[in-house]
Amino acid sequence: MMTNQGKRLTQGQFSYLPELTDMQITKQLEYALKKNWSIGIEYTDDPHPRNTYWEMYGNPMFDLKDPAGIVMEINACRKTFPNYYVRVTAFDATRGVESPTMSYIVNRPKNEPGFGLARQEGDGRQIRYRISSYATDKPEGERY
Amino acid sequence: MQAIDQQEATTATLGDALAGSGITELLAQLDRELVGLKPVKSRIRDIAALLLVDKLRSERGMTAGRPSLHMCFTGNPGTGKTTVAMRMAEILHRLGYVRKGHLVAVTRDDLVGQYIGHTAPKTREVLKKAMGGVLFIDEAYYLYRPENERDYGQEAIEILLQVMENQRDDIVVILAGYKDRMARFFESNPGMSSRVAHHIEFPDYSCGELGEIAVAMLTQMQYRFDAEAKGVFADYLAKRMALPHFANARSVRNALDRARLRHASRLLAHPDARVTDETLTTISAADLRASRVFSDAADTDKGEA
Repeated sequence: MMTNQGKRLTQGQFSYLPELTDMQITKQLEYALKKNWSIGIEYTDDPHPRNTYWEMYGNPMFDLKDPAGIVMEINACRKTFPNYYVRVTAFDATRGVESPTMSYIVNRPKNEPGFGLARQEGDGRQIRYRISSYATDKPEGERY
Repeated sequence: MQAIDQQEATTATLGDALAGSGITELLAQLDRELVGLKPVKSRIRDIAALLLVDKLRSERGMTAGRPSLHMCFTGNPGTGKTTVAMRMAEILHRLGYVRKGHLVAVTRDDLVGQYIGHTAPKTREVLKKAMGGVLFIDEAYYLYRPENERDYGQEAIEILLQVMENQRDDIVVILAGYKDRMARFFESNPGMSSRVAHHIEFPDYSCGELGEIAVAMLTQMQYRFDAEAKGVFADYLAKRMALPHFANARSVRNALDRARLRHASRLLAHPDARVTDETLTTISAADLRASRVFSDAADTDKGEA
């Protein structure tokens, strides 16, 4: 697929950069906490770009002062789902904003097969395109 | 010669480091604002010294393992355990040991859940909130209820222990409670006892110290004793200390609150009198003498009076 260079999922922030180290993640969390955003950890094994609702790992975290607790949860999630995508989402609850403000991947499967593009010829030789991850051909839980 | 120079340089650095760290002011402030509590202050001084020396050591590339600073405060009611815990968060922050310096005060209810699977997330959430600061568990012995073997308190204790051990850099846990009950708590949880490095005992206040505390409390509330009231309050303390349920500084606070009530009704009893700053701030001997401690000191069942 067009965004599939190096077989690496590019979704959210920093996804064209090398993997964030724990130190860098801590810094990013620090920034989010400074802005009073609440932070959630989510995981999935379906990387389709339109799959926006990932599973939450634990409850979203409110009223934290220090990123150490979030890093602890991230590591717990990585341990539970070592071969899943895990992302950190910051949510701004300010009235009128009420939407995610940050989202970046902190864990990915060892082997990402990437996406396949399928063409379908419709009425009047119109072409419809469909993309799907090669991984999602397999049933849930066995994909990576 | 060279050795002496080097030595001088070293001592100069130590002095500079002390001045630069602000520890001296911090300890002086503690001495000023907290009456008595000798063992507590000396332990804080030791900790401050250790953290400073550790900092100097690490600057020179020596190993400086982070000391474990989990603490246990034991003492009778009203000896200042909670007050000191609040201070401790600020002190450790200024010494650079904790990153944020906030205090999260919890009791059993905040840690232990009501059904299976409820406790772990609850405890973890509290721990996450306290990270970067101090977690203060008041009446910690309630966590463990030996009479109920299906109590979820044990689960909370296990999670606490795990985080206290693995994330020493992120959190300082302070347990507080009455001495005998905490002793029993540690007896049944030896793991907890060994992970708490500092067991600090809060002594009861002497009569003189309680008097000082009373004056400090009044000043904070913008009241004062008149000359006679000072003597009467000393008498009151002597009598009150002999009664059961004496709770040190907390009893002093209660006594003062009641004196304020009487002071207010005394003022209202003379509606035609002129109101001055003087009358509004001065607690007189009569306000204290009206206490039940004076009228029936023999009747010991009444407790707080």
